[in-house]
Amino acid sequence: MRYSAFSIVKNALSGNLKWKPQWRQAEPKSHYDVIIVGGGGHGLATAYYLAKEFGIKNVAVLEKGYLGSGNVGRNTTIVRSNYMLPGNEPFYEFSMKLWEGLERELNYNVMLSQRGVIMLYHSDGQRDAYIRRGNAMWMEGVAAELIERDQLRKMIPFLNYDHARYPILGGLLQRRAGTARHDAVAWGYARGADRYGVDIIEHCEVTAIRRENGVVTGVETTRGFIGCNKLALAAAGNTSRVGEMADLKLPIESHVLQAFVTEALKPCIDHVIVYGGGHFYISQSDKGGLVFGAEIDGYTSYAQRGNLATAEHVMEEGVTMIPGLSRVRVLRSWAGVMDMSMDGSPIIDRTPIDNLYLNCGWCYGGFKATPASGYCFAHLIAKNDTHPVARALRLDRFARGYAVDEAGAGPQPNLH
Amino acid sequence: MASLITCPHCGVRPKEEFTIRGDASLVRPAPTASDEAWHDYVYVRANPRGRTLEHWQHVAGCRRFLVVERDTFTHEVHSVTDGAAFATENGR
Repeated sequence: MRYSAFSIVKNALSGNLKWKPQWRQAEPKSHYDVIIVGGGGHGLATAYYLAKEFGIKNVAVLEKGYLGSGNVGRNTTIVRSNYMLPGNEPFYEFSMKLWEGLERELNYNVMLSQRGVIMLYHSDGQRDAYIRRGNAMWMEGVAAELIERDQLRKMIPFLNYDHARYPILGGLLQRRAGTARHDAVAWGYARGADRYGVDIIEHCEVTAIRRENGVVTGVETTRGFIGCNKLALAAAGNTSRVGEMADLKLPIESHVLQAFVTEALKPCIDHVIVYGGGHFYISQSDKGGLVFGAEIDGYTSYAQRGNLATAEHVMEEGVTMIPGLSRVRVLRSWAGVMDMSMDGSPIIDRTPIDNLYLNCGWCYGGFKATPASGYCFAHLIAKNDTHPVARALRLDRFARGYAVDEAGAGPQPNLH
Repeated sequence: MASLITCPHCGVRPKEEFTIRGDASLVRPAPTASDEAWHDYVYVRANPRGRTLEHWQHVAGCRRFLVVERDTFTHEVHSVTDGAAFATENGR
């Protein structure tokens, strides 16, 4: 059913007992045109765009847990397109544009809030770097504004402007950026894909990839063998484990990233604020909780839990930027497993196996990329050709010497 | 992650004293090795879910590089060896 004001009134009158489940609990068929491994945001978006834009509807999405149990439900919900490098910025801006139309597209309230993302700078050198980044954004047609200290004080009065080591001198603002409700994104895409006939199969873990004569014929799963013409991997966090089943050599390490939420407060933080002296970022959810996070813990891990030392470090960064945070109580914390690539940028590409496609390496930045990742991956699967905005995000870019390294940290995943 | 790491030189120390360099299972190719061998060394990682070898440096202690064998899922630390001793033992 489509949601509308009328459907809300109608269901209210019947005691809200007649709402239907948003997607079917599909049983696996014996064969599909395309199987997508991973029922997170990217896998579901891929299935949706495959069905809607490219007309491939005989598709299954296999999810080892319940839908949205991975990183799509574990991030800090930030969407933005304020990247610098020409290989990245058009891709993320394509994503931002899809975000802007996503609620209408999916007929689903993903609670997109374009409240603005501001990245603070603390030195003249950092100001220059942000001017450069802002100019790079303008060159790709994306608006960026440099906000100087006096103006920023009026916008965000509660920051620690006069800190001795990291005084806040201003920030780079992207007004169109903001946040979205992460679970709703997964549910919206799942419902949309389901309506086009895509089978979403939860609690179905892939245990092996069956190959004959160098091509994939299907996957062994905890619910039996399922055949396919094309296999698409969108299992970020566990890419290496799934890739190993097909003997892929991947430039990926799995790292753990923590996030935190405080008790609910009255509205106080209007933007997404990013600290420039570290990696700390914070926003306020519609429920009132302050949602924040910072760096990865720094060691490879498949455990969805982090370390207290990193938690302490994150809190210290937060209190340095907003001293008032010290009086707020943290409600809970959680962690997700990140696919850290060797240059901090993602991979959407074919693999040495003809009918096996790869979507991975999202590092911290997977959530904002969800719509474009799905669209470009679907384009790749359907047409066997890279989407124009994803041309720089190839698997062989390391061998060719075309790494897309925003941080300039080199092949050291725990530094991206 | 285990909170305490047993450094072969300094004894039991909090893990915050250490920094992590990365995968220690890789063997540096010869300078004249092929581009592919160097690519694999620099960019490709096994990234196991389970036991792994890592180079850690005890920066707030002896400053030696160590090889830590630990589990990437349970975070249990199995062994800590001095980097030079590890290299000798493994013929590197």
